[in-house]
Parts: sequence; C-alpha cells; structure tokens
Amino acid sequence: MATVSITTTADGDSTTTTRRTGHSAWRALRRNRWGMAALSFLGLVVIAALLAPMLAPHDPQTQDLLGRLAPPFWDADGSAAHLLGTDHLGRDVLSRLIYGSRVSLLVGVCAALLAGVLGATVGLVAGYYGGWADRILMRLADVQLAFPSILLALAVVAFLGNGLWIVIIVLGITGWVAYARVVRSEVLSLKTREFVTEARAIGVGDRTIITRHLLRNVTAPIATIGTLQVASVIVAESALSFLGLGVPASVPTWGSMLADGQLYLGTSWWIAVFPGLALMLTSLSINITGDAIRDATDPKAYRG
Amino acid sequence: MTPLLRISDLTVDFELGHQTAHAVRGVSLDIAEGETLAVVGESGSGKTVTALSILQLNPVPPCVYRSGSITFDGRELLSLGQRGLRSVRGDQIAMIFQDPMTSLNPLKKVGIQIGEALRLHRGTSRRDGRPAVIEALAEAGVPRPEQRADQYPHELSGGLRQRVMIAMALVTRPRLLIADEPTTALDVTVQAQILELLVDLQQRHHMAILLITHDFGVVADVADRVTVMKSGEVVEESDVGPIFAAPGHDYTRRLHAATPRLAPAATTEVDG
Amino acid sequence: MTDRRRAVLRSAGSKTLSALIVLYLAATVAFLLVRISGDPLAMLLPPDATQEQSDEMAATLGLDQPLIVQYLDYLGGLVRLDLGDSIFYGEPVSSVIADRLPATALLAVTAMAIALLIAVPAGIFSAMHRGKAGDKGIITVILIGQSTPAFWVGILLVLIFAVQLQVLPAAGYGSVQNLVLPAVTLAVYSVAVIARLLRSSLIDVLSSDYMRTATAKGYGPTRAVLSHGLRNASLPVITVVGLETGSLLGGAILTEQVFGWPGLGRLTVEAISNRDLPLVQGTILLFAAIFVVINLVVDLSYSALDPRVRLEK
Repeated sequence: MATVSITTTADGDSTTTTRRTGHSAWRALRRNRWGMAALSFLGLVVIAALLAPMLAPHDPQTQDLLGRLAPPFWDADGSAAHLLGTDHLGRDVLSRLIYGSRVSLLVGVCAALLAGVLGATVGLVAGYYGGWADRILMRLADVQLAFPSILLALAVVAFLGNGLWIVIIVLGITGWVAYARVVRSEVLSLKTREFVTEARAIGVGDRTIITRHLLRNVTAPIATIGTLQVASVIVAESALSFLGLGVPASVPTWGSMLADGQLYLGTSWWIAVFPGLALMLTSLSINITGDAIRDATDPKAYRG
Repeated sequence: MTPLLRISDLTVDFELGHQTAHAVRGVSLDIAEGETLAVVGESGSGKTVTALSILQLNPVPPCVYRSGSITFDGRELLSLGQRGLRSVRGDQIAMIFQDPMTSLNPLKKVGIQIGEALRLHRGTSRRDGRPAVIEALAEAGVPRPEQRADQYPHELSGGLRQRVMIAMALVTRPRLLIADEPTTALDVTVQAQILELLVDLQQRHHMAILLITHDFGVVADVADRVTVMKSGEVVEESDVGPIFAAPGHDYTRRLHAATPRLAPAATTEVDG
Repeated sequence: MTDRRRAVLRSAGSKTLSALIVLYLAATVAFLLVRISGDPLAMLLPPDATQEQSDEMAATLGLDQPLIVQYLDYLGGLVRLDLGDSIFYGEPVSSVIADRLPATALLAVTAMAIALLIAVPAGIFSAMHRGKAGDKGIITVILIGQSTPAFWVGILLVLIFAVQLQVLPAAGYGSVQNLVLPAVTLAVYSVAVIARLLRSSLIDVLSSDYMRTATAKGYGPTRAVLSHGLRNASLPVITVVGLETGSLLGGAILTEQVFGWPGLGRLTVEAISNRDLPLVQGTILLFAAIFVVINLVVDLSYSALDPRVRLEK
C-alpha cells in the first residue's frame, strides 16, 4: 500500500520523507475514483474562474427587467439565451455563477494561505521554543476558538467595511488555530528526534533547524489542513455574502445569489439552487481531495 | 477416554490484501480433563493464534479458519455459530491474556467486570452476583477483596490486575482455562506467584489449563505435557519430564537453551 | 478517598480559573473589536449631525472618556453583569439578550438532540461494519453533510418541504412545526461531525484488548459495544464536540437568518447592521461565554466519565 513507504521513512532523512509524501499522495489520489472526480470538478471551477469573461455568455451585472425570472432552458418557458435562467433583476444565472467562482476561489485560497503562514509560524515557535511563548500562544488559540469565526468575521466586516481584502484577511486570521495546533504537536515530537538533537549538538542555529528540518517535515499536515481550510473559507465567505456582509454587492458571489434566490423560492427555484449546488460541490470536492491527501500522507489516519 | 479439548489438523490463515499468511498449519493437540498442557514457541510460531482459535477470538477479517476441527466435550466449536460460541465463551471455557493493563476496561470497576460473566451466563443480577465476585477475587489471591472490587483497573498493580483477570475467568467455574502468556507482562517476582496460583486453582477445581508461553522455565513448574510449536506447526510433543531430560527436536533443544532464567539447580533436583 | 476528592477539587479549580482567564481575554477582544473601527460615532450619527449632537452621543456612550477608563468601566460593568444599554432598543443589553436567548436555546438543544439521535447509531453501525457497503454509504453521507453550509441545507429543506410538499412552514416561530426545519438544518453539520468522530474512535476501541476480553466473556458484538465500547469511544468525541460549539453557534446564526428565527443569531446580525455597539459587544461576549462554559463543563464531566483523570494533575 502507498502508506507503507511513509511509515518506513518516517524517522529517516527529512528530504526523502517530504518528497515521497507528495509522490504517494498523488498516486493514492489517482487510484481513488472519487478523488479523481473531485479533482476534475475543481479543475472545472478553476477554469471557470480564470476564463470567466470568455466563458460567461452574458455580463453578470446586466439587468433585463423584462426578461426577469426566466426559467432554465429545459423548461417550456426557458430559452437557450439563458441556459440556467435569470434572476429577479433579469441577470443571467449561469454568468453570475461563473463569475461567482472567482470570489470563492480567490478568497478561499488567499485566506487559507494567510491562515497557513500565521498558524505554521505560531505552531513552530510554540513547539520549538516551548515555555512561556508556548503557553501564551496556545492560550491565545483558546481565546480564538471561543469566538465562532463567522461571528468574528461579521463584526470586523461590519465595522471595517466590506472590501474583498478585508474579507480575506479576516477569514485568514480566524483560521490559524488548526494549523498552529497540529504543527506544534508535530514539532514537539520532531524536536526530540535524532536529526534535530544532532543538528543542535553540532551548533546549527535555531532558525536553520526550524526552516531546514522542522518546516519540511510538517508540510504534509499543513497541506492537508490547508486543503480542508480552503473549503471552510469558501463556505464562510458565502455565509458572509449570504448575510449581506461579505464582499460588496456589485460583485456576484454564490452566497449573495443564494440570498437573492431565497426570496423567490416559491416561484423561481433556480436562482438559489444553482449557486447552492456549486457551493456544495466545490466544498465537497475540496474535502474529498483533502481526505485523500491525508490518507496518503498520514498512515495513522488511514481508515479505509 | 475422549479428551476435554481436541484440536485436530487446524489450519488458520491471515489474509492481508493479496497476501496470505499461514499462521497455523495442521496443528493437532489434546487436553484431558484437569490436565495442564503448555504450548511453547517463539513469537510468530502460531501458538497464540491457535489459542485464540479455540474461542474464535482472532480478528475476522483478516483471520480465516481454513480447515480442521476443534471439539470441546464432544462438540465441534468451529461450526457452532456465533450464538453457540457465545454460550461457551466465558462459561465452560475462559481465557486470560498477556497484558492485564490493557485487557481490563479502564472505565469500569473490576468487581463489575468480574460479575459480567455471571450475568451473561447465569442471569445473576449485579447484587446477587457480588458474593461470588468477592469469592473469586479471594480465591485469586487478592487481599481485601471487598474493597478491591470497587476499584478501577488503574488503581491496581500489574500483578493484582492479572489476579483480577484470573478471578474474572474463575467466577463461572470453567472446565478449561486458556492462559495466553499470562506472566509475560509482569515482574519476575510476580510471575512466580501467578503461576503458583494457577497450579493451586487447577488442583482445587480440577480445571484443565492450556498455557501458552515462550518461556521454558514456566513449563517445568506447571505443565503436565508440552507441545512445541514453530512456524505454525507442532514440532514436538511429550510429557514434561522427558522433554527436559532429552529434548527430541533440535528446535526444542535450542528453545530450551535460550531460557537462561530456568534455574538449573531446580531442574536437576526434579530430575534427580 | 479524601485525597482523591481534594485532587478533583484542585483540578476543577484550576480548570475554572483558566476558563475565567479565557473569558477575560475574550471580553477584552470584544471590547477592542467594536473600537477598531476608528470613530464609532461617525457610523452612528447621520452625516449632517452637529458637533453638539456628536458630543452628546459620545457622552451617553461614554466614548468621550480615555480608552483605559472606558475599558475599566466596561470590565466593572461585566462583573455586575451590566453590559450597557442597546442604542437601537434603548434597553439594557442584558434584557434584550435575555428576550432572545430562549429561542436560540430551544433551537440548539433540539438540534443537538436530533444530531445525537442520528449520529450515535450511525457511528456505531459504521464502525462495526467497517469497510462494508453500509459503512461506505454512511461515510459518503457524512462527507456531504460536512461540506454543506447550513444556509444551503435550510434553503433546500424549505424548497422541498415548504414549497414543493407544503407540509411544513418556511419560517415563523412558536409551534412544533416551526421548529422542525430549523432544527434539522442546524443538526446536519453536527450529525456529520459526531458520526465521523464516533466511528473512528470506536474503530480504535474495537481493536482494544478489553473488547476482546468482553468477547471472551461471552458478549455478542452489539452488547459488547454498548456496555464496554461506547463509553470509551465517546471520550475523545466529547472533547471535539465541545470545541465544535463555535461552529454550532455560527450555524445557528445562519439558520436563524434563513428561517427568520427570533434568536440571538438574528439579534447579532441586526445589531451589526444597526451599528448597535453595546449590543454587538454583548452578543459577541455571550457567544464566547457559551463556548467557554460548555468546554468547562466538558472538561469537568471528563472526571465523571473517566476515573483515570481524577488522579491526574
């Protein structure tokens, strides 16, 4: 099995560990039918986001009050001009869906990266230096966990304004705890391993040990959490938009589409259902991919 | 006379993915009523798998009981079915395990864990079963059994925990006790006491014991007969006297020689 | 015995103390959060407000004081459970919150009950039939449940049960029918989390030596799990569920929004839209307090569930 190679190299040279980890993760993913389906769907979303102006049949913001609430094309009243119908202002649902993927991906990836950098730094420092630094940082993590991240994001966005970058920064800052906890516990166990104690004994500096030896060995868990975090950030962003407190209303997002659609559920289900499905499938695909990465890189987590 | 337990030509495989490990290959052995049979072998010799096969306690999957027969008191155990097996387990045949630290549920008082077999097999309520539980603890050599019964496993020493396991096995008065490396996880001084206890209980209750061990030193003091296993097969079987005087199989001789703790003086006394 | 009791008390005391520290830090964060926006007055007053109006507003809110004085006043108020007055409602924050608390408590408790009722049997079944078709089905459902945001679940349920089938109301408060959809919506995520954790924890427990001992004693698989496995497997689950309280509360905010449920979640969203600083501060603090208290209860209940913990620390 792909996991076996990890177990045997777990306490070996740090570079081979990392390389094999990535390699077998990919192999395990390729063998996993669901994993490949998920990855394909994500590929579609990425393409939609990158090529939105070329792919979208209409401008996502153009209103057409005469053609409002048009159903999807397969309905008797639908037309090929608006494949997935139009919303309450006559805007093309498919085009808004395609443009909506931009915000979701941008916020998801950027915020997860920011959280990863913050969390990994905190985890490395807390784990490596221990003592007071560790105690203060972990208490801070407790405090952070005590606030539902959506609530924190709501409050900050409400008081600082709702720019795209503010949303990214807020969601990034609220997501660091998961990384910090995992990296810290990994570092605590790595710290006592031979290659670290030896490096210390021959006078290698702390910074070199952290960046050369420790960081490399925690990339696998960071990658797993990071992937899963992208999904939860995307969901959180759409939640903010759904509540009307996310990115400015001039930008189409899946969350704001859902909020619009909720008001017309009785007559025009498609306004809410398509962005809802897009959101769910994206989040599901990311979670499946993340699980596959974890199964391939962490032998303990392998649970069939 | 038919033996109490007869294993004949037992073959057990472990199917791990595409590979099959033949853990037990055509093993046969008999235990008479009230007799102690020691099965000796290194780890990986198949002795524990054989022992666990009697009550079918090997994890399924990967374990497959391929062929052979295990009869207890004339009944075939391998084809007994789950319900039938359940009625034998912990009642007529009881078992104690290698590690008393992990074999007890950490969240339940030991007295309650001992009484469970009575509830399962006799329908005795917790309160009605209490005297029997205390008695079993006392018989297993646990001091102040009334107090100990209300303690949790982590409050007891390793030796006491194994005594609790023995009390748990004893409480239903089984006809056969399977002891899988019962002393391996214990301190040397405690080991001797536990073995002494087993011998004593056997004589008192006329109970048969199947003792699984890698330690020839244990065998001499306790067993009536010895079966030596290697790589899933029986390589030698004999009464306990001859096997010490003249081991027939080369492997037995080496196993024997590899047991430094066996006090030579004691053995010669027995022999002489 | 007395030694043990003393140890229990000491550890309970230190846990309570650290919960209080977290709570204090959370209060500080809430205080700072509503003040990082620079000038709250600018948001509260109409653009054409006079300097006089502005000063008056500042004085009523205590914003004319130095920050440290405001902070000490705020902490002093907290000790007396005085969270100030809501600007929008003109009532004490504590009484506005108290009005809305029962609705959220009802929603959250019902959702938790539904979640446990579904997740515990599902997790047990899945663990006991690991790798078989039923297990795979449950894992798939869990994964979908975990990936689906609460507001989308709610909209979907409204579409199916209120719009299409017309058997349950889409919104409203006061009757059992009104409770069903919001509670199920909120339960979905918790079902997924609890079932997944219980499954993996029980899989570990099932391969433990004491489960083998139970089988050797004559227990059947289901009875062995119920009397020996479940309590052991639930220990790690309880910890994580405590930590997931934040997600549950976040889900409650969204669920209340979808169904027009008059609870704390909607109150919070309203307060934020109204720039009702004291009320925002109060609700944020309350959510943090709920989280801290629940996790303290989890910590303390550990010693009731696990006798080994009593002697540690």
